[in-house]
Amino acid sequence: MAEIYLKKLAHSYLPNPQKPEDYALKEIDQVWEDGKAYALLGSSGCGKSTLLNIISGLLTPSQGQVLFDGKDVTHLPTEQRQIAQVFQFPVVYDTMTVYDNLAFPLRNRKQDEATIKARVTEIAGMLELSADLKKKARGLTADAKQKISLGRGLVRQDVAAILFDEPLTVIDPHLKWLLRMQLKELHQRLNRTMIYVTHDQTEALTFADQVVVMYDGYVVQIGTPQELFERPEHTFVGYFIGSPGMNLLPVKLDGSIAHIDGTSIPLNTDYQPKSGAKLELGIRPEFTQLSPTASANSLPVTIKRIEDIGRHKIARAEYQGKEINVVVPEDQSVSKDYKYLTLDPNNIHVYADGWRLKQEAAA
Amino acid sequence: MNKTWNNKAWWMVLPVVLLVAFSAVIPLMTVVNYSVQDTFGNNQFFWAGLQWFEEIVNSERFHDALGRQFLFSAIILAIEIPLGIFVAMNMPNKGWTASLCLVLMSLPLLIPWNVVGTIWQIFGRVDIGLLGATAEKLGIDYNYTRDIGDAWFTVVIMDVWHWTSLVALLCYAGLQSIPQAYYQAARIDGASKWAIFRYIQLPKMRGVLLIAVLLRFMDSFMIYTEPFVVTGGGPGNATTFLSIDLVKMAIGQFDLGPAAAFSLVYFLIILLLSWVFYTVMTNLDKQER
Repeated sequence: MAEIYLKKLAHSYLPNPQKPEDYALKEIDQVWEDGKAYALLGSSGCGKSTLLNIISGLLTPSQGQVLFDGKDVTHLPTEQRQIAQVFQFPVVYDTMTVYDNLAFPLRNRKQDEATIKARVTEIAGMLELSADLKKKARGLTADAKQKISLGRGLVRQDVAAILFDEPLTVIDPHLKWLLRMQLKELHQRLNRTMIYVTHDQTEALTFADQVVVMYDGYVVQIGTPQELFERPEHTFVGYFIGSPGMNLLPVKLDGSIAHIDGTSIPLNTDYQPKSGAKLELGIRPEFTQLSPTASANSLPVTIKRIEDIGRHKIARAEYQGKEINVVVPEDQSVSKDYKYLTLDPNNIHVYADGWRLKQEAAA
Repeated sequence: MNKTWNNKAWWMVLPVVLLVAFSAVIPLMTVVNYSVQDTFGNNQFFWAGLQWFEEIVNSERFHDALGRQFLFSAIILAIEIPLGIFVAMNMPNKGWTASLCLVLMSLPLLIPWNVVGTIWQIFGRVDIGLLGATAEKLGIDYNYTRDIGDAWFTVVIMDVWHWTSLVALLCYAGLQSIPQAYYQAARIDGASKWAIFRYIQLPKMRGVLLIAVLLRFMDSFMIYTEPFVVTGGGPGNATTFLSIDLVKMAIGQFDLGPAAAFSLVYFLIILLLSWVFYTVMTNLDKQER
């Protein structure tokens, strides 16, 4: 178990990186606490696998250091770091039994058979693999194989962190949910640091204590699922997390008044954006409301269509050619005649060039 | 549901029947025909029963050739399979060197059997051959036309030179198909190089190795051209393998009856061995599950 300190870490696949665009992973400086579950969330090519490979030691970063509990492991090879990894596709040793698979990492480290037996039995029990111990690993289902991969990490007592690289990709949907619950439970029981790479927000949000959202090589936000929902620090977080994602509208700011194509909306606070920055107003569909009558500061919209998804309805509205999604609670009615949209001022965020503006007046 | 029965549909099978008949069944049957008949010339044949078969199966000449044949196949398999695996594991896996290696490895496979034989025949000659003359200069007694050991050595090395590439290329393809994640997982598990070979590479190469062993076994069991060109089956009968012996009997001595019986026994042996081989390998595969 260990705390992971990513010290001024950045990576470029080019030999002589100059511009920020040359970096696959832009500089980060973070401490990941011991025993917590972290999820690296982002779309393909955002740098999450790069970061994972740096932590696991498959890649040496072009700058900065990785420290496990204060010990610099930047240049240590994978096998000398105390990590375990579960890959996208199940990796098992085909010719071995489940027992031998689980015992393999311990045998390689020359532990005695009695210790190995105790350890393997314990972990197999935890993973509900006890009945399969004598079977050949290759005959098992994909989810059992993934459990074996995980088990090979768990049997070692010295593991500082367990890394997961989109481990549920090849698992059937109904088993995904089950396996995710088991993982979460294991994490709570074992209290080991876990790092989980995924592009599925549901997976990230249900599994992790802290979600690390990555976009274009930047770590755009680290926070609890609630923080990501309520206060997205970047427009990417707003739109990537939540279903549907955050509505973004281009605005002009005038102190604490936002102008959206002729409609003025009062904001709670004063913003002082840099001049020339591209300004956007962001609001989650959950904090917008449609009504049939105009009220102060409401936006006149046209409703394109209404989708009933059971728990609530989603209205796809349009304002001056910009699409706005509205979540309508189940108990409220809505129709195409609901032409006025009001925004909850407490949940409006303003973004300059993608990044959330701090509420300077409030501070 | 009512199906309409129309036996005219059998005519559709006719082209295949004809093709197989003329390409396989009829030629084979003429051999069978010769194997049970005898003649004193003038194209007059009479029934000989299983006489030729009994003669062949009990003949020392056939036993010796069969023994030499098994020994030869066993030796070249014992060399080519491990060597092929070793070469494949040490080939570069990307970049221009990989392409270069692949081309160089394919070269021996593209040379006709006859030419391979001629190359080695000249290569080993004591008077002008690079190998033979060099050995002579170094004071090593090497002469494949005189010494049985030297003849075997030359024939085996020639086959290894010619066919190890095939095993290596097959293994290389098998190795290339192993996902990187396996190697990463093995490193994380602290596996040694030997353990990686034993538990990842070898099991993953299993399929291609099965094919390699089968191909090399059958091919070497039927070898004719190269040893015929190099040693002509000699010295004495030391490198007279089954095919060479068969040709001697059929064309040299024109003993068509015994030669036909020989052919059939030879054919059945190969068929039987391949079948046994395949069954054993696939059953091993099933047991693993």
